[in-house]
Amino acid sequence: MATQAKDTPQDTAPDSVVVRFAGDSGDGMQLTGGQFTLSTALAGNDLATFPDFPAEIRAPQGTLFGVSAFQINFGSREINTAGDAPDVLVAMNPAGLKVNLDALKPGGLIIIDTGEFTKRNLDKAKYDVSPLEDDSLAKWDVLAFDISALTVEAVKPFGLGNKDALRCKNMWTLGLALWMFDRERGPLEDWLKNKFKNKPEIADANIAALNAGHAYGETAELSGPLQKLHIDPVEAEPGLYRTITGAEAISLGLVAGAQLAELPMFFGGYPITPASAILHHLARLKEFGVTTFQAEDEIAAICAAIGASYAGQLGITSSSGPGIALKGEAMGLAIMTELPLVIVNSQRGGPSTGLPTKTEQSDLYQAMYGRNGDAPMPIVSACSPGDAFEVAIEACRIATQYMTPVMLLTDGYIANAAEPWKVPDPDTFEPFPAKFLTEKNGEELLPYKRDSKGARPWIKPGTPDLMHRIGGIEKAVDTGHIDYAPDNHQAMTDARVNKVLNVEVPDQEIAAGEAGGKLVVVGWGSTYGPIRRAVDNSRAKGMDVSHIHVRHIWPLPKNLGDLLNSYDNVLVPEMNTGQFKTVLRDQFLVDAKPLTKTSGQPFSIVEMEEAIDKYFDGIPDNEGGQVEVNDTQLPSSEQ
Amino acid sequence: MNAPAKFETTLKDWETDQEVRWCPGCGDYAILKAVQRTLPQLGADPSNTCFISGIGCSSRFPYYMETYGFHTIHGRAPAVATGVKLANPDLDIWLVTGDGDGLSIGGNHMMHVLRRNVNMQIMLFNNEIYGLTKGQSSPTSREGTKSPSTPIGSFDHPANPCAFALGAGARFVGRGFDVSKNLPDVLKAAHAHQGAAFIEIFQNCIVYNKDVFNDFAAPKGAGDRQLWLENGKPMLFGDPKAGFDKGIALDRDTLTLKVVEATEENWEEAGVLVHDQTDRTIAHLLIEMPFGPFPMALGVLYDDPRPTFETAVIEERAKSAAGKEANLAKLLGKGQTWTVEPSEGHPTD
Ligand SMILES: Cc1ncc(C[n+]2csc(CCOP(=O)(O)OP(=O)(O)O)c2C)c(N)n1
Ligand code: SF4
Ligand SMILES: [Mg+2]
Repeated sequence: MATQAKDTPQDTAPDSVVVRFAGDSGDGMQLTGGQFTLSTALAGNDLATFPDFPAEIRAPQGTLFGVSAFQINFGSREINTAGDAPDVLVAMNPAGLKVNLDALKPGGLIIIDTGEFTKRNLDKAKYDVSPLEDDSLAKWDVLAFDISALTVEAVKPFGLGNKDALRCKNMWTLGLALWMFDRERGPLEDWLKNKFKNKPEIADANIAALNAGHAYGETAELSGPLQKLHIDPVEAEPGLYRTITGAEAISLGLVAGAQLAELPMFFGGYPITPASAILHHLARLKEFGVTTFQAEDEIAAICAAIGASYAGQLGITSSSGPGIALKGEAMGLAIMTELPLVIVNSQRGGPSTGLPTKTEQSDLYQAMYGRNGDAPMPIVSACSPGDAFEVAIEACRIATQYMTPVMLLTDGYIANAAEPWKVPDPDTFEPFPAKFLTEKNGEELLPYKRDSKGARPWIKPGTPDLMHRIGGIEKAVDTGHIDYAPDNHQAMTDARVNKVLNVEVPDQEIAAGEAGGKLVVVGWGSTYGPIRRAVDNSRAKGMDVSHIHVRHIWPLPKNLGDLLNSYDNVLVPEMNTGQFKTVLRDQFLVDAKPLTKTSGQPFSIVEMEEAIDKYFDGIPDNEGGQVEVNDTQLPSSEQ
Repeated sequence: MNAPAKFETTLKDWETDQEVRWCPGCGDYAILKAVQRTLPQLGADPSNTCFISGIGCSSRFPYYMETYGFHTIHGRAPAVATGVKLANPDLDIWLVTGDGDGLSIGGNHMMHVLRRNVNMQIMLFNNEIYGLTKGQSSPTSREGTKSPSTPIGSFDHPANPCAFALGAGARFVGRGFDVSKNLPDVLKAAHAHQGAAFIEIFQNCIVYNKDVFNDFAAPKGAGDRQLWLENGKPMLFGDPKAGFDKGIALDRDTLTLKVVEATEENWEEAGVLVHDQTDRTIAHLLIEMPFGPFPMALGVLYDDPRPTFETAVIEERAKSAAGKEANLAKLLGKGQTWTVEPSEGHPTD
């Protein structure tokens, strides 16, 4: 884009642009990105974001591992991913430049704060020679100037100390970015005034920095690579919109789900990245009948949620891989006692502590198989922040209608990413009020007598004369008494498995393309965006490729097997070593091939397209062959 | 909020039709009877009573109580019970746990249910052994306990459950033993206490740790070896029929307890302490009194209520919700929004 901006007159604006802000974690990059996102949304562009920050809270300043970045892809067309390669990189220090340079598109624009390119910072970023002084940046357009000094100058009238003055750098940079993309400054000024309500001089200084950055754009436009670029609004369904992150969407979806079930919500959590955001959101929504409980550990969090469900509320717990592992035994208890429960797993890189702030989809096996005994549990997955809202409601529906724990899989990428969201009208939601047993359901009380869906009655302790005992020991059919008899265990195991298998899930739809054909790319979770885009691009090139996105991981949609078998080839991209691929092979005997990635980064569209290209040998009207897969994933004899 | 004493029941009303499966002669039977005898005296309502347990011989308890019951998983009963209590603060909750369940695998949850002060009665059946798993040494086993996992005797130092409870912030600590006729009184005091009430109940596992408590629990000479505490009464022990002959006094120089000769007549001059159940410091000393040189302190060792967790949660929820409207439509559309009008939008592809 930058090259284009320099060389060609601005009559043909691109339909999308990718910008990445990178700097020290202390530079406020996430805040800058967040506010730029809001201004982008308000300008009516579609967008997707990718915040990428270090695991350390206050990593030593200027270091490579302390770099925090925020990428946004926005456009006048539908945006499905945060974008592969940035067109613009804003590097607030040498480390930020070094870590992010490789990602930048050739010919892209780099904006550099030379004020931070001191000997000390260059050393910390392990640069022997300043990249500004050799020709290592020749591939790109470089706009290097002393943002630090310009900021200090701009905020001088407000009498801040040097440190506080320099803190306004990110607003200066944001001002420049707003100028570049022809954005209003008003909403940002309002936001700053509100944020620094009690420190008006800080608010004023930040606004001055913002304005100075904006004014700099006007002047610099006259020469050099900087050009103003207007991206038109996207065509969108009419209605009210806002931006939403996955963590917010899940919280709101859970609140909506509890309301639709007409139940108070009990949320048990224990802090863990990236799941904590859900606890934080819900802690502020008490007016919706929400109780949040920060437990002593993940086991206590799920156990308290089970206790609350037992007592008649909607128990919910949330964690990430390591915490989900701790909850395993208690999930079995919820399965055995057949109590509703929603377990949200915001997946991150594993195993063990793994990559706390990076994304992965590697807990699918854990969700499917990670418990002792035959312990079936419905599993739903979210594919985007907006989708997470609906999926959370779906999880509440299944849990309360079928008296079962439900696992909701989301991931670190979805949790933190933001996208525009058309605000739904709650009146359009279908309620699913929970029912409680208030009188004996037979001659004697039968706590395990099942309804047509296979669900047992929900009986609140405190209900007059329905005293009974439940627990983790095998239950007798109907009566729920302790029963170790062989036939009984067989019958109850079958009942539990069948109940879950018979959970009603919608038929599988095709996201792009049609049933039958040469290749289908099957995804679940947050790979939706890159697959969607890559399949669209490949289809535009004439390739016979379709996209299926599976939301209901367990039970799988009834028609999925036939659908998959209608294609010659099945490719399953995943941010793990091929877990869903194995499930599909197991369930449908299809020759599903994996495309795997476990770098902690989402798939790029190019990676997906290359995988599709390989199948077609890059020739659109080629007959196509066998799906080729990346080298790392098939067992070879040398390994 | 334990329900006010109203209900007319008899012991029989609290028995289930389930066959009790403890070993014949197990101390658990006596505790079950004591509880079933106590509840009618409290006027408790079976429909509003809930027994929650972990895993162990002791944790089978709920199956034998004609109340609501939840036999959960090993060590986690305090967490489950916390959720139950928060969801329905009106329920009268009794927690049943063992020395392994409550202090080994579930020690963390035990600490937190006590420090949070969730209103319930917590009965820890201490048999100083893992009964259900066939007799391994437990965190309360005395040093030298021979067991399948410690064939030549255990060598780790045992935990003192009441000291643990007090250290964790419990506001009620009581002690009794399975066959003691005083156990119902301790249970009643625990029930009357608003908050987490911790009761250690020494329980005889006749199969794997037979009669380990006989040193103080055996009826013969019990007066010399048991100090039953009563609020406001002097700490006297010895033969009660003979008007006692010993008492517990405080050595003010070393801040330790000592046994002094004293009777019902002269205890004041002898410096015998009067039990003040709100005195946390003395409670600590009583709990830590080494058995042998001292008698075993039993009864209500400490009782000093403080606001409960569930009350605090309810208050916080009300405070947090105050002045806010539970309007889902408004919540969904919160923050900076924009409207796309029907005719707007400039598609480029
Ligand atoms: C997670 C887990 N680990 C181990 C066990 C096996 N287990 C059952 S009961 C128990 C110990 C019980 O000891 P205690 O709590 O003292 O109860 P008691 O049987 O003595 O009454 C153990 C280790 C289990 N059920 N679950
Ligand atoms: S093993 Fe011990 S504690 Fe368990 S039932 Fe038998 S006697 Fe009682
Ligand atoms: Mg024991």
